[in-house]
Amino acid sequence: MSTSAGQTGTVLTVEDFSVDYLGETTVRAVRHVDLSLGRGEILGLAGESGCGKSTLAYGLTRLLKPPAVISSGRAVFHSREGYDIDLGALHGEDLRAFRWDKISMVFQGAMNSLNPVISIRAQLEDIFSTHRPELSRAERRQRCGDLLERVGVDRDRLRSYPHELSGGMRQRVMIAMAMALEPQVMIMDEPTTALDVVVQREILLEITRLRDELGFAVVFITHDLPLLLEISDRIAVMRAGEITELGSAAQVYSQPEHPYTEQLLASFPSLTGQRGDFIRAGLDERLLDLDPVRVADVDGGASR
Amino acid sequence: MSTLEVRGLVKNYHLKQGWRGRRLVAVNDVSFTLEPGRTVALVGQSGSGKSTVAKLLLQLERSSAGEILLDGSPVARRGRGLAQYRRTVQMVFQDPFASLNPYHSIAHHLARPLRLHGHGRTAAELEEGVHRLLERVRLTPADVVARRRPHELSGGQRQRVAIARALAPGPGILIADEPVSMLDVSIRLGVLNLLAELQREENLGVLYITHDLATARHFSDEILVMYRGEIVERGPSDQVILDPQHDYTKLLLQAAPNPEKRLATLRSDR
Amino acid sequence: MALSPKLAVGLTLCGGIALFGLLGPLFVGDPQRVDNIGLQPPGNGHLLGTTQTGQDVFAQLAYATRGSLLIGVVVGLLAVILAAGFGIIGAYIGGWVDEGFSLFSNVMLVLPGLPLMIVISSYVQNKGIWLVAGVLALTSWAGGARVLRAVTLSLRSRDYISASRVAGEKTWRILLVELLPNLVPLLAAMFVFAVIGAILGEAGLAFIGLGAGGSWTWGTMLFWAGNGLALRLGALWWFLPPGLLITVFGAGLAMINFSIDEIINPKLRDQTRRARRRWSASKRQIAATEEATR
Repeated sequence: MSTSAGQTGTVLTVEDFSVDYLGETTVRAVRHVDLSLGRGEILGLAGESGCGKSTLAYGLTRLLKPPAVISSGRAVFHSREGYDIDLGALHGEDLRAFRWDKISMVFQGAMNSLNPVISIRAQLEDIFSTHRPELSRAERRQRCGDLLERVGVDRDRLRSYPHELSGGMRQRVMIAMAMALEPQVMIMDEPTTALDVVVQREILLEITRLRDELGFAVVFITHDLPLLLEISDRIAVMRAGEITELGSAAQVYSQPEHPYTEQLLASFPSLTGQRGDFIRAGLDERLLDLDPVRVADVDGGASR
Repeated sequence: MSTLEVRGLVKNYHLKQGWRGRRLVAVNDVSFTLEPGRTVALVGQSGSGKSTVAKLLLQLERSSAGEILLDGSPVARRGRGLAQYRRTVQMVFQDPFASLNPYHSIAHHLARPLRLHGHGRTAAELEEGVHRLLERVRLTPADVVARRRPHELSGGQRQRVAIARALAPGPGILIADEPVSMLDVSIRLGVLNLLAELQREENLGVLYITHDLATARHFSDEILVMYRGEIVERGPSDQVILDPQHDYTKLLLQAAPNPEKRLATLRSDR
Repeated sequence: MALSPKLAVGLTLCGGIALFGLLGPLFVGDPQRVDNIGLQPPGNGHLLGTTQTGQDVFAQLAYATRGSLLIGVVVGLLAVILAAGFGIIGAYIGGWVDEGFSLFSNVMLVLPGLPLMIVISSYVQNKGIWLVAGVLALTSWAGGARVLRAVTLSLRSRDYISASRVAGEKTWRILLVELLPNLVPLLAAMFVFAVIGAILGEAGLAFIGLGAGGSWTWGTMLFWAGNGLALRLGALWWFLPPGLLITVFGAGLAMINFSIDEIINPKLRDQTRRARRRWSASKRQIAATEEATR
């Protein structure tokens, strides 16, 4: 608790973080990632499938299961109250409590992980009775209702069962659950990918509004770079387990340094601008060269 | 050279709810025309009925009302007429992981339609046809790719196989149902670009079904916006995107990620 | 694909017994021949001893193995064909055909085999092995049909089936060439399961005296052993061999079935011992790396 970064405005420091998948050949899924997450900041983590962005999220929250192991580095949480916690030093019950309390997560398709036979109220109350046993029954009820209203779902919905809610509403309930204990960091892995654009927009607005209101920091992981450019303060671009570029949203958008960032940006045609007109301007073989047929596999493919 | 005209297409589903049935109108009074060399985008959210339109056009489902006319004559439901229709109207499915049979080789997927539509009988003819198709979608070396199973290719490559399969009968109309939404972002434009090139070479009429307004704008000549089974707005692409009239189109446009809008506000804040 | 130990053991056991049933009867004497050396323990010209009436147990066992396997295979094939016919075709065509087929399967599912057999045996005096096999097949396919129907319903809506229709393939060709190969592992597992069920079912029927008259199976051997008070007389050599063969053959088939399950469901495969053995090496690695990062 000496020189805590808690007061300096950093809530999570990640140093030299690597994750390996052990097996016959070890795969390095995350390689030497250094990151710092400011208090109340929205950090966008962009990358394509298989780039290691989800593995990083699971690694930070220590949800990895073997054969995935953290092979180097550490993640340190700087609490608002002024003490530091090394996430690697937590085990068992401490880790579980820490996860809801200080860092919480919303994953892609999380809405499908609600228990279908238990009402929304019971599932929300469960969090409080586990982590805040000192609360009275009435207080608990009150808080559950408040939570739902906070994410823009009517209080009456407490009585509903998951199947009675739309996908968007269920995802909001999941976000409400993640926020229940007022964590200081929320990690969101493709939280809106399965949803329609209009619903996605509503949820994003809700997340940014709640961030302003409650001051938690968000690590927002998605492949949708334009979306990140819109909501995040800073953006990290990941490729093959490494962070190739890290900068403010404006900087990444207007002056990308790494060619991969440029390539990613170019992959999204502009809605109102001219970028993307080339689609019908004639075949550009370079685009298809990005996805080459691996001929090294020939023998394996042919002999089967 | 073919024109596909859709007039007042309606599709109702009967849902069972206890003893009584309920009627769900999935597609209501949809009309449009696909002409050679032109792309029409059908834009809408999931559940808007746009995929049902594709199924109706491909005769995978029967419409409740309305007409589908190929070059002015109604579509046969079976037999020789249907085979002729299948030769002319082809489809690229959304999910390249599901649209190729995991059990069969790439060659099988391409050789079957070639054979069915009389583009080859002997093994040598079919092999040559398969290689030619693979080269057209730039999957080379073709003999290597032809031997592989779907799971040995990337998602983008599988989708190119699916495009090659759709081209095999030599169609005049191509229906592409969200052809790139399941692919990695960095290869999406490559696949669309290829589709546009093949369209130009074959003078295809294309129906591009998507929820992505940005690619719809750049890829197509005309945009139809679909909402709850009905087409609420239609017009030339740029006009629909840059000057939307219907409230729903406006809502969609507002919801679509648009970094330029935000960066403009960031700059003005400074 | 490498042969897993489970599959290897299963194939060896079943293969050995099948070979015995196939070739054994060619080398043994008449299992019916009565002699005056009753209840001889093994040895002395009778490899497995004799029954109460002096019949050679080994000869009986060889014929019984052939009989039981024949019933198993016939019933297994019939059950799979019936299940595939009603399950796959109904689900693929849909509509009233599906409703009718699944109603029929459900009715067959609740028809109990044993009472049906008792009823039939009270009408038919000379039950042949084919009748027994027929009844066993009729009462055992329905469960499989329901499973196949469910799987076919899910496969039918796959895009690759739609894509074949769009390509202009005929319905029967889609069923046989596009759909069926994806069901082969399931059908194989079903066949194995039906064989076990049939052999056990026949043994049960035969043991209570409702088996096929005049033919040898493991069940009829046990029935005669029971009749001849083999247990009370301590004639282990009489009832143990057929019992043991039923057990071993069942175990072997079960192992084959598990292996097929693992092929269908790769998640299960990861839990097999082979995977675990690879694992114990990497677990040490995990511990080491976790130690290092602490």
